[in-house]
Amino acid sequence: MDKQKRKKKIRLATAWLGGCAGCHMSLLDLDERLIDLFEVVELVYSPIADIKTFPKAVDVTLVEGAVANVDHLELAEVIRRNSTIVVSFGDCAVTGNVTSLRNRLKIDDLLTKVYHEGPGTAPRGLEEDGIMPALIPKVLPLHQVIHIDGYLPGCPPEPDHIWQAVSTLLDGQPVRLTQEMRYFG
Amino acid sequence: MSVVTLHINDEIVSARSDQKLLEVIREQGIEIPTLCHMDGISELGGCRLCLVEVKGSNRLLAACVTPVQEGMSVYTHSERLVNYRHITMELLLSERNHTCAVCVMNGHCELQYEAAELGVDHVRYEYMTPDLPIDASHSKFTLDHNRCILCMRCVRVCDEVEGAHTLDVMGRGTNSRIITALNRPWGDSISCTKCGKCVQVCPTGALFEKGSSVGEMEKRHAFLSWILNGRERKEWHW
Repeated sequence: MDKQKRKKKIRLATAWLGGCAGCHMSLLDLDERLIDLFEVVELVYSPIADIKTFPKAVDVTLVEGAVANVDHLELAEVIRRNSTIVVSFGDCAVTGNVTSLRNRLKIDDLLTKVYHEGPGTAPRGLEEDGIMPALIPKVLPLHQVIHIDGYLPGCPPEPDHIWQAVSTLLDGQPVRLTQEMRYFG
Repeated sequence: MSVVTLHINDEIVSARSDQKLLEVIREQGIEIPTLCHMDGISELGGCRLCLVEVKGSNRLLAACVTPVQEGMSVYTHSERLVNYRHITMELLLSERNHTCAVCVMNGHCELQYEAAELGVDHVRYEYMTPDLPIDASHSKFTLDHNRCILCMRCVRVCDEVEGAHTLDVMGRGTNSRIITALNRPWGDSISCTKCGKCVQVCPTGALFEKGSSVGEMEKRHAFLSWILNGRERKEWHW
């Protein structure tokens, strides 16, 4: 990243849909490179920053997680509208991964298995109850919902791979990973 | 054995007339992906990753089952082939539930490796996410249909090398399944010798040793040439 050339900071966002937060943990594992990163970017939205609404005019957004419920659908569309570059960040966003393991079950069966037959009160399924967002019938990889500009697979992606992808992106290049950085899982 | 001359990517190459294209292409040091081919068992032409273009033929031909011919001109990495291999890999990944992150073969899997090699960083098709069973009735091994790509290496090695033919295939198209003991639980099989050859040749996590957790299963392909060299040439070098 050439710090001299750039006066205005790049507006970076990260979002968290149906995932375990592991990709964000891996992002934090950039460790001291985070200091270099924040010299050139401004973090405008992220689960690790206390910002409530997704802002406008974002340059790059990394999205962790698959699309599993109606809230994810809505946020994904806002992210697409307000971001120049959207990257599927980690296997759940790229393939559905662990989040999509429930796809072989019908939603009602799923909730019955996990909640109604388990302890406590069961949340609602397909219908919105104002508290829990309704699940969509099949968990979807992000690119089946919105257009995606780059893919960063891995469960989670290694910090080095994140660094490689993010630094090329911030240099205005498309995400191009070498073979050893492209593995699912 | 007579010798034939052919062109591979515009280079003149000679081959024995009984050779298949795949072998000759690999002898030239050209990498070509395969998932169903394995040295030591018969060829199937099932995975379609080794497709090549042969001048004068509109069809793409699987190199592993195509015999060499005098004067043929073969291309291994044309734009059309690269595109089709990419599509084939995406279809393989979309057909069953290949969740690498929670698979016993994560990090050692041939399907995972070839996907990365072919540049597949996402799948453009809808995932079929079929509801498939896992047969854990065997005392030593598990058959997980979620990870199976129907390469049939297990079927062939069980029949051709072990001589047991415990494994076979049932059904058509996307309903095809590997079966054991004439479609009974593997653990009930009286023909299975528990030799584990099927497990060792399986390219994915469809067949694995019981007790393996995520990423713990590694396959030892080399055992097959060891057995076959021993049997056929009486050379026993591990």
